[in-house]
Amino acid sequence: MSTTTARSIVKDIQVSGLRGRWWVTALFGVLLLVAVWMLLNLVIGGKCGADCVQGTLAQTLRVATPIAFAAFCGVLCERAGVVNIGIEGQMLMAAMAGYAVNLFAFQALKDSIGIEAAGNLSRWLAVLAGILSALILAALHAVVSIEFKTNQIISGTVINILSVGITGFLYRQFLAENLPPGPGTFPIAPIPVLSQIPVIGPILFQQKPLTYLMLILAFAIHYVLYYTPWGLRTRAVGEHPRAADTLGINVYRIRYINVLVGGLVAGLGGAWFTLEAVDVFNPLMTNGLGFIGLAAMIFGKWNPFGALLGALIFGLGNSITSTVSIFRPDIPSQLPQMLPYLLTIIVLTGVVGRATPPAADGEPYEK
Amino acid sequence: MTLALQASGITKRFPGVLANDQVDFDLAKGEIHALLGENGAGKSTLVNILYGLYQPDEGQVAINGQPTRVASPHDAIAQGIGMVHQHFMLVPPLTVVENIILGYESVTRGTKMFGQMSVLDRRTAAQHIRALSQQYGLEIDPDAYVRDLPVGAQQRVEIVKALYRQADILILDEPTAVLTPQEADDLFVIMRGLAQQGKSIIFITHKLREVFAVADRISVMRAGRMVGSAKPADATSESLAAMMVGRDVILQIDKAEAHPGQPVLRVENLSVMDDRHHVMVNGVSFEVCAGEILGVAGVQGNGQTELAEALTGLRRVADGKISILDHDVTHATPRQITEASVAHVPEDRQKHGLVLTFPVRDNLVLCSYYRTPYAHGVEIDYSRIEQTAADLIHTFDVRTPGMATAVGSLSGGNQQKVIVARELARPVKLVIASQPTRGLDVGSIEFIHQRIVQARDRGAAVLLISAELDEILSLSDRIAVMYKGRILDTLDAKSATRQICGMLMAGVVQY
Ligand SMILES: Nc1ncnc2c1ncn2[C@@H]1O[C@H](COP(=O)(O)OP(=O)(O)OP(=O)(O)O)[C@@H](O)[C@H]1O
Ligand SMILES: [Mg+2]
Repeated sequence: MSTTTARSIVKDIQVSGLRGRWWVTALFGVLLLVAVWMLLNLVIGGKCGADCVQGTLAQTLRVATPIAFAAFCGVLCERAGVVNIGIEGQMLMAAMAGYAVNLFAFQALKDSIGIEAAGNLSRWLAVLAGILSALILAALHAVVSIEFKTNQIISGTVINILSVGITGFLYRQFLAENLPPGPGTFPIAPIPVLSQIPVIGPILFQQKPLTYLMLILAFAIHYVLYYTPWGLRTRAVGEHPRAADTLGINVYRIRYINVLVGGLVAGLGGAWFTLEAVDVFNPLMTNGLGFIGLAAMIFGKWNPFGALLGALIFGLGNSITSTVSIFRPDIPSQLPQMLPYLLTIIVLTGVVGRATPPAADGEPYEK
Repeated sequence: MTLALQASGITKRFPGVLANDQVDFDLAKGEIHALLGENGAGKSTLVNILYGLYQPDEGQVAINGQPTRVASPHDAIAQGIGMVHQHFMLVPPLTVVENIILGYESVTRGTKMFGQMSVLDRRTAAQHIRALSQQYGLEIDPDAYVRDLPVGAQQRVEIVKALYRQADILILDEPTAVLTPQEADDLFVIMRGLAQQGKSIIFITHKLREVFAVADRISVMRAGRMVGSAKPADATSESLAAMMVGRDVILQIDKAEAHPGQPVLRVENLSVMDDRHHVMVNGVSFEVCAGEILGVAGVQGNGQTELAEALTGLRRVADGKISILDHDVTHATPRQITEASVAHVPEDRQKHGLVLTFPVRDNLVLCSYYRTPYAHGVEIDYSRIEQTAADLIHTFDVRTPGMATAVGSLSGGNQQKVIVARELARPVKLVIASQPTRGLDVGSIEFIHQRIVQARDRGAAVLLISAELDEILSLSDRIAVMYKGRILDTLDAKSATRQICGMLMAGVVQY
């Protein structure tokens, strides 16, 4: 990775209060992590050594995955000027579709191609199903808010309610009891060679496939937004659609495609719940992570790596909570759990710097 | 002589308005063709049709002699038409390069097959832009962010944007409305250069001086129709003004001697900073008395904007004191200041003066809708508002299809009239007017100048901030010249001349 790329990525995650040389920010981040680690040890009596740090960080990345997917979906939509608060609903739908397809495809396939192969195939089919189901909801959002220019918050809310209803109903009808055994979630897929690197290996390269995909996506979206004509047009459309229009750019087309691709990304986030995290589907199992993803997006100032950092901070809060609860069962787990949310509020209220959304965010475009 | 562009029989209707009525217009190669006309005459509509933003209801367009249809801006660009819009079409958080290449991106060789996913080649684009800016004398920094640029530079970016797309026909819709006279002169040099290199230019303006300075041919529109055409040599300011408005216009305002009374506005050691924490107003003190007009002259960007914003409560005062009729209003809110009988005509009409999506009617009562006679308790009395609105629309000659029309769809000049009507029709003790006639036609300027003088004669104190030196000289009783945040000198209008003011505006104190 060249230094220009490194610089552009760190610039991405700089909250404006820390603007300056990119390596100063990086250093500041490392120091902050060390401080968190020392604080953690203070609380649990110095029991967090190397293994525990490694475990906590690996867990952080795992939990950050769905939040980051949600945040990326938000970045794609809002950079083009479409507010999407239906991400939660898109992920919930994808989680259920993924779970169901995983289960039933496995049943259909296992006799013909064998258990091992059927498991692998059905899990990927399930990811595809998750993506498709989220895509359908995204298309609904796009048609309603871009074509018919309805209020985008209402459209998003409708999608959330709709998907709670549909998944709840289907769950009660087909997924609540008497289920055949399924193939389970993705196994951990260590990356050859890289996973052997000390410290970094176990954290970054002994994860499940969707987590890798999420990391790759951060680079991909960064690249698309800042280095391609498409990204330039997307940013222009989110800031000043009329200006883009006068240059012959089709505002509606850009918005449509971004919302649809966002749906695809949200679908991956939803698939994580039932194909990487746990091998069950519960109603409401996305548990607000879609909204937390939007907070991560704002934290990251609508930049992919910033959003990833936001997601990682929420993930860290979550994994520290589990570490604390292992060593100090006497502390109510709600206390450490509040940490990331408190941090978000501090960030959003502007102590670190004001976050300005794209200027045309949420406004339907009238020709 | 071949015609670069020819439009015949163009008709365009909007709900309630016939914006263009059988308009014929042509443009020769290498010609600068000025388009004049009252506010709402249909100039922007005509050029928007030529640029493909609107579709005409009737009429044909031919480019280089070939009949054609311009269905979209995309089409227009492909056929070599570029346009600089009346309200700039730039994306502030993007850089100059990004704004210019947007929609017409150059990409790194070898990645072309990825289409819109290929890699942007900013370096080649920047080189190309530098070359263009050298060829035509348009000085711009490709790597600057547009939001940091003064309007003059943004204007140049807009022109380069059109040239970058290899436009042979340039449409400039009121390019000088936001420029200082100096910047305008620079622009004319550029336009001359462009015309010499074969570009054809349509130039819309309200300023007759500019028409004589740069145009090869002049066409005049009135009420949607083309009413006449002339060579600059055969025309005079008076004849053009009369053709535009349909009656004789008094270009020089007549006003009686001022009779200044008690001080109304008193400013002591005022300092104000801009958003980037630069000191823009630096220890300024002055007074404006009842019954006099104090003109603030100066090249734009020397603190006038911040001064006006501080006086009207829109910007925090860093240091010093402002009092109106002996009440301290240094930290008062805009509403408190409005209620102290202050009228404010803001510099940026779309941002600070109007709610663009609201009807004309509501915009006309924005400062008083919550009080009697318009409101009783929590209820708003719309019939009263409509009475007032009908009255103001009539008195101030606002050209609008109706009072329920969204103010944003009015022509630029008529938007301005809505603000002036709202502010000057109230009984006020102090008028703070920033660029009150920006974008107005000569007839409307005459009218608004009369209203300002009338306000003075009724005993109001008037602070007139304008980048138009002629406006300042013809209206003011005293003239303060601002330079780099300070008032360099305050002159008596009788002894002030263009030369003296011009020197002071450039920061020269000895004369
Ligand atoms: N998009 C629109 N919708 C409805 N009416 C419009 C629209 N655009 C223009 N009009 C109306 O068409 C008429 C002509 O407007 P236009 O903007 O062409 O005037 P103009 O000559 O450019 O005036 P100005 O000098 O004030 O800019 C006006 O009455 C205006 O209200
Ligand atoms: Mg116009």
